[in-house]
Amino acid sequence: MSTTMNFSDEQLAVMDTIIARYPKSRSAIMPLLHYVQSIDGYVTERGIEAIAAKLNLATAEVTAVSTFYTQYKSEPVGEYHVGICTNTLCAIMGGDAIYESVCDKLGIKNHETTADGKISLERIECNAACDYAPVVMVNWEFFDNQTPSSVNDLVDQVRSGNPPAPTRGPSKLPTWKENSAVLAGLSDGLADQGVSAGDPSLLGLRIAHEQGQK
Amino acid sequence: MSKLSPVLSAHWDEADSFTIAGYKRHGGYNALAKALKSTPDEVIALIKESGLRGRGGAGFPTGNKWSFIPQGDNKAHYLVVNADESEPGTCKDMPLLMANPHSLIEGIIIGSYAIRANHSFIYIRGEVVHVYRRVQKAIEDAYAAGLLGKNILGSGFDLELTLHAGAGAYICGEETALLDSLEGFRGQPRLRPPFPAIAGLYAMPTVVNNVESIASVPAIIEHGVEWFQAMGTEKSKGFTLYSLSGHVANPGQFEAPLGITLREILEMAGGIRAGHQLKFWTPGGSSTPMFTAEHLDVPLDYEGVSAAGSMLGTKALQIFDETTCVVRAVLRWVEFYKHESCGKCTPCREGTWWLVQMLRDLEAGKGTEADLEKLLDLCDNIAGRSFCALADGAVSPIISSLKYFRAEYIEHQTNGGCPFDPIASTLFETAGA
Repeated sequence: MSTTMNFSDEQLAVMDTIIARYPKSRSAIMPLLHYVQSIDGYVTERGIEAIAAKLNLATAEVTAVSTFYTQYKSEPVGEYHVGICTNTLCAIMGGDAIYESVCDKLGIKNHETTADGKISLERIECNAACDYAPVVMVNWEFFDNQTPSSVNDLVDQVRSGNPPAPTRGPSKLPTWKENSAVLAGLSDGLADQGVSAGDPSLLGLRIAHEQGQK
Repeated sequence: MSKLSPVLSAHWDEADSFTIAGYKRHGGYNALAKALKSTPDEVIALIKESGLRGRGGAGFPTGNKWSFIPQGDNKAHYLVVNADESEPGTCKDMPLLMANPHSLIEGIIIGSYAIRANHSFIYIRGEVVHVYRRVQKAIEDAYAAGLLGKNILGSGFDLELTLHAGAGAYICGEETALLDSLEGFRGQPRLRPPFPAIAGLYAMPTVVNNVESIASVPAIIEHGVEWFQAMGTEKSKGFTLYSLSGHVANPGQFEAPLGITLREILEMAGGIRAGHQLKFWTPGGSSTPMFTAEHLDVPLDYEGVSAAGSMLGTKALQIFDETTCVVRAVLRWVEFYKHESCGKCTPCREGTWWLVQMLRDLEAGKGTEADLEKLLDLCDNIAGRSFCALADGAVSPIISSLKYFRAEYIEHQTNGGCPFDPIASTLFETAGA
């Protein structure tokens, strides 16, 4: 019996729609891996097997791709993945201090998950929001201009089941699995929520307006 | 007159700037209608003539890149947009796509028409879900408005556009690694030649362009070559996004003609954060050799930055003040390159590993002065010896920091450790250490 039987017919049909986006089926590996994470929370063995079967590849080929990319997880991830930027600029502006304080608070380290399965912690690389440093990403949504105490509060709210809204993102913070589905290309209809741009993004525009009015 | 020139960012302060209605309200998709009335070759000629150069770092003329695609070859052609913005300090494409995704969609349709592509792709980094949503919605709305799909605006031109999320690999910003990744493989750079224009995606003729380059195309078509060339410098035409970050009073995005200086941008941004002085900065991300206060008046265009010994790169102006330990900063950047090395080429895979070991010792005060020479020797054996430029980027902050701050490396040794207090460089100095 094929292992793909573990996924529902509906889920297998979604995989087919993902594959249909590409001129060559193998290109669908990455969105399919995001899709498996949206169902199982991480890249499971059954997920690898299903993708391999769909794309007519050896499981080793799918595993080789999965293990190359840091967003694909080989262990279960918490409902909320907290990524703290500790690349140079964010680290210096406070990211290192934020990371240490969150480790102390949660009693976990890089790539670990709290015992209740709520929060996973990761030191992340530059997330293209340097004018909002220090930056924290929760389930890959922007939490801008963070401090140790703001992240302390953020983690408390996440644990109490009442996570705050991202600074630039949807009105309600989606779960890890929900956002993995978005990255697989399955729309959640939340694109129109949130600001067009945060204040730093608008700084030059505002100055240009002021100068033009002089 | 303002030193700034908001074009792509002109309407980001409107609540619906990212919607198709918000985009059309300011003339959005007029350029597409205009382009479709020209021949593809005319569009390529116009972009060539404008002098638009790649905004992703290399500065290659966009129109020339398009003209390399062989015509009449009966092969599928592809336009692939590189939205994998991941170079440390670089933060222009993500706010652009969040606030104005339709400028990219319109540019893609025009560019695809020019190079005779009927299927195009946007490869966007996976760690920015809300940006993904905005681009996805923009694509859906463009299809619904007849701007994508079959017979666009009655022109007979067909285009499919697929959005593809990466999954956390800086190397996929390198165009051939990006293509391998998009084909469903590990993202590892290819040996060139053949270049993507001859054998790119699925071995077909392919153009890979940066987000900002393609998003700039509609404005050039709409306002004309003369308008575009009136901005910028002799060889660096037009407007571009400069991203100011770090120890400044007000960080943010500044869209200005090429050739503006950091001094001018800092004056507008309120300068370095209160009570501090500029120590070092990058003109275009962490892989571009660092500058100091003596470079405040370097024109930030391709030639000016290059003449001063660095690269314009992505115009990511990361500013560090005197509280920052340069050895710590460089170590962290090199740790990044080690982490992101794809492992294909030995000098990069092994070399970045050795660089990190040496820099960790140096930062901890356990190095010797002879180690600095060894470090430079290592750099010499790493740079230019791999398929792609990742390892070149890793050695660039080392070499440039040793040029300007050699004494600080030595000080770590004489001091028996880092002489800086890391809390002093945070934005919350009073918080507990």
